[in-house]
Amino acid sequence: MAAAEKPPVSGTGSVALDGALTWVDQRFPLISTWKAHLSEYYAPKNFNFWYYFGSLAMLVLAIQIVTGIFLTMNYKPDANLAFGSVEYIMREVPGGWIIRYMHSTGASAFFICVYLHMFRSLLYGSHRRPRELLWIFGVLIYLSLMGEAFFGYLLPWGQMSYWGAQVIINLFSAIPFVGPDISLWIRGDYVISDATLNRFFALHVIALPLVLLGLVMAHLLALHEVGSNNPDGIEIKKHKDANGIPLDGIPFHPYYTVKDIFGVVVFLIVFAIIVFFAPEMGGYFLEANNFIPANPLQTPPHIAPVWYFTPYYSILRSVPPLFNSQFPGVVAMGASVMILFALPWLDRGAVKSIRYRGRYFKVPLTAFVIVFLVLGYLGTEPTTVWGQFGPWLGNVDRATVVARICSVIYFLFFILMPWYTKVDKTKPEPERVTH
Amino acid sequence: MSDDKKVNKGRRNLVIACGAAGGVAGVAAAVPFAASWLPSERAKAGGAPVVADISTLEPGQIMTVEWRSKPVWIVRRTKSMLDGLAKVDSKVSDPHSDVPQQPEYAKNEYRSIKPEVLVLVGICTHLGCSPESEPIANKALMGADWEGGWFCPCHGSKFDLAGRVYKGSPAPINLEVPKYTYLSDTRILIGDDTKGA
Amino acid sequence: MKKLIATLLLPAATFVALPAFLLGSPAAMASEGGVRLDTAPIKPTDVISLQRGARTFANYCLNCHSASLMRWNRLEELGLNESQISDNLIFTGDKIGDLMNVAMTKKDARKWFGAAPPDLSVIARARGADWLYSYLRSFYRDPARPTGWNNTVFENVGMPNPLWQLQGERVRVEEKAKGGEGKEGHGGATTVKYEMVKPGSLTTVQYDAMVADLVNFLVYMGEPAATTRKQIGIFVLLYLLAMLPLVYLLKREFWKDVH
Repeated sequence: MAAAEKPPVSGTGSVALDGALTWVDQRFPLISTWKAHLSEYYAPKNFNFWYYFGSLAMLVLAIQIVTGIFLTMNYKPDANLAFGSVEYIMREVPGGWIIRYMHSTGASAFFICVYLHMFRSLLYGSHRRPRELLWIFGVLIYLSLMGEAFFGYLLPWGQMSYWGAQVIINLFSAIPFVGPDISLWIRGDYVISDATLNRFFALHVIALPLVLLGLVMAHLLALHEVGSNNPDGIEIKKHKDANGIPLDGIPFHPYYTVKDIFGVVVFLIVFAIIVFFAPEMGGYFLEANNFIPANPLQTPPHIAPVWYFTPYYSILRSVPPLFNSQFPGVVAMGASVMILFALPWLDRGAVKSIRYRGRYFKVPLTAFVIVFLVLGYLGTEPTTVWGQFGPWLGNVDRATVVARICSVIYFLFFILMPWYTKVDKTKPEPERVTH
Repeated sequence: MSDDKKVNKGRRNLVIACGAAGGVAGVAAAVPFAASWLPSERAKAGGAPVVADISTLEPGQIMTVEWRSKPVWIVRRTKSMLDGLAKVDSKVSDPHSDVPQQPEYAKNEYRSIKPEVLVLVGICTHLGCSPESEPIANKALMGADWEGGWFCPCHGSKFDLAGRVYKGSPAPINLEVPKYTYLSDTRILIGDDTKGA
Repeated sequence: MKKLIATLLLPAATFVALPAFLLGSPAAMASEGGVRLDTAPIKPTDVISLQRGARTFANYCLNCHSASLMRWNRLEELGLNESQISDNLIFTGDKIGDLMNVAMTKKDARKWFGAAPPDLSVIARARGADWLYSYLRSFYRDPARPTGWNNTVFENVGMPNPLWQLQGERVRVEEKAKGGEGKEGHGGATTVKYEMVKPGSLTTVQYDAMVADLVNFLVYMGEPAATTRKQIGIFVLLYLLAMLPLVYLLKREFWKDVH
């Protein structure tokens, strides 16, 4: 048998360990997997700060899964018990508050890591050929994460959980003809109720985590197939030594494992500061209204989604209703996320990395970042936050006008991308990575 | 690649130090997760000591109170019941209560603080059934030398009126005497012996 | 070294700056009425203040409000022993391990007050300490209301002033908007004045101090583990900070090969 012909493992410094590894390796691709994905996966040697967030996102995923499993041991997905069971975890289960705060902080940390990870891609063109599929898997992960966050947010069964879910599910009602039926089907009741809570619980704790894990696996396999991009946006596989090893590549293990460990400790310091000293993060990670049990008869005065959804929520709100229908806003919000899938084909730049791009790329990218943050901020506030323009402008809310302008810029960033990346005056790329 | 033979000492020490520091951090991080399996405050409140009022318990009678969802029997034994205990000394497997199935203060011939009042956890030490009370009158069923006690319907273990197990029973050891204390002559606190009157 | 500092600061900045940027005007700060809230002078580590607050809470709040997520024996954390709790605070015959429930049923409550008084276990997390502190000091006599009471912070509230014997009865006499440019609620502060018509058993200073103790207790009850949380947090941070140079040296040691 082929497996038995594998050479024995040696080099751990212990005969017994060598023997055990040999035994396993002849029955399972242990050494070859280790080599392919870690010790002989050659990554460009010029990774910078932005390259920490992929591994950090994986760390947060692990934190969410472990804390999540332990939360399910005491959580009750029942409309009468859910709110109390979360507080039961916070008060009566030994160590419960630490687990719950890790999970609630982890949700926000996940989005911070993923947003920075995606922004890295924009900076260095990591979505460009040959990494289109890698990017698509990434966007799918992002979408599942949004679902995961949305379903999970209902579970504490507070006022924000309830009314946030109410608003999002009602978005589906805006779909012409079938909308109301779809909403009803999602809820399983005429209002958000125990049935909704129970199915969201199932989706949150088992269905989407499985999807997420599968997608993360696909994302990594795709990455290791094409190899990592780098801040110079050039392919290190172009220049290989006699053994076929990229000249500018270094084995992921140990070099990037030790570097990522450093990143992990820095991350954990920030994470611990939030978990132990500011778990509510001023109302952005845990909202004050969510400490009031869900009450279907009373809407809180101001409903806003959690911060990581607010850019899209702003876009939704900024689109005026057409023929008395919110549908255009819903379409705009959907499109603002879906357009990410097209990114690899929208970008026509001669180079990948921002280092060698010109003003025609840098200005739109800067505008995009600003617009994204402004939309994010406005989404957390009522539209009256900045007051109104005078009667000469029809007394419209200033914030709504700003959100409309920002939404237009958001879409223009993508729609005009084929043009401005093409006319952009780029600098020549180097042959080898700069360090 | 560096030469395998030449071990870089500084590097090795750093790896060991970081591994140790990370290991300690990992163990510390596991503490809240492991701790979350301990009884919660709710469980502890449910398992709190209970007070039993024995003022109406007549001699020869048995009462059952619930403590930690387990039956606890309190029997006010008569003089003849207490005398019967010595008669079965040779038939029970642990006549002197050497197996620590009772607090120190109940390790005596009556397995109780006050000889006449017996407090027992009514759970068979074999597989956890609750034995049935078989008074001395049931000699027809239990045998001519029966001095009263309990019979477990599940697997036939027999216990005397001090909860001592008869030889040949499937149950290996005597019934458990819980921690208890007298708050007054008529009030017994079951589950806690630190705040006696 | 410069690079190290940059690597350290950047992620920290990203994590903290993004929400901090948003923190400009936290969502849940102003009251609905747009009334400026007073800062609650509370000290979560002041055990004596917490004990006084617990006493006020048991005496004045627990008759109608429950705190059904809070267990009596948890008050042992505040330096009270079992008999002090059951003799001085528990009036209902509850056991020490019971939750702070209330005898009044929700149905009765709705009949008497129009709405069931909310459970107060996590009220401080929902409303915030400043809101509670201001609210409990903003009751005034209003004959137009069925209870005869109104409140500046919570307009047309269903609850009559539960502490009126202590605070006394006041009427609202004057209301003028200051800095009137702010047309809508946000920031446009109103100054409200009251006139004491029937003094209570406490002076204003004593009353404010008593409310501060009560709010201190409500904040404690909202998250009893908060003090422990911060204490553990300091150890966790110190440990991680000690690990940081170690893992940095490890990284530098390996990366010698690359540079």
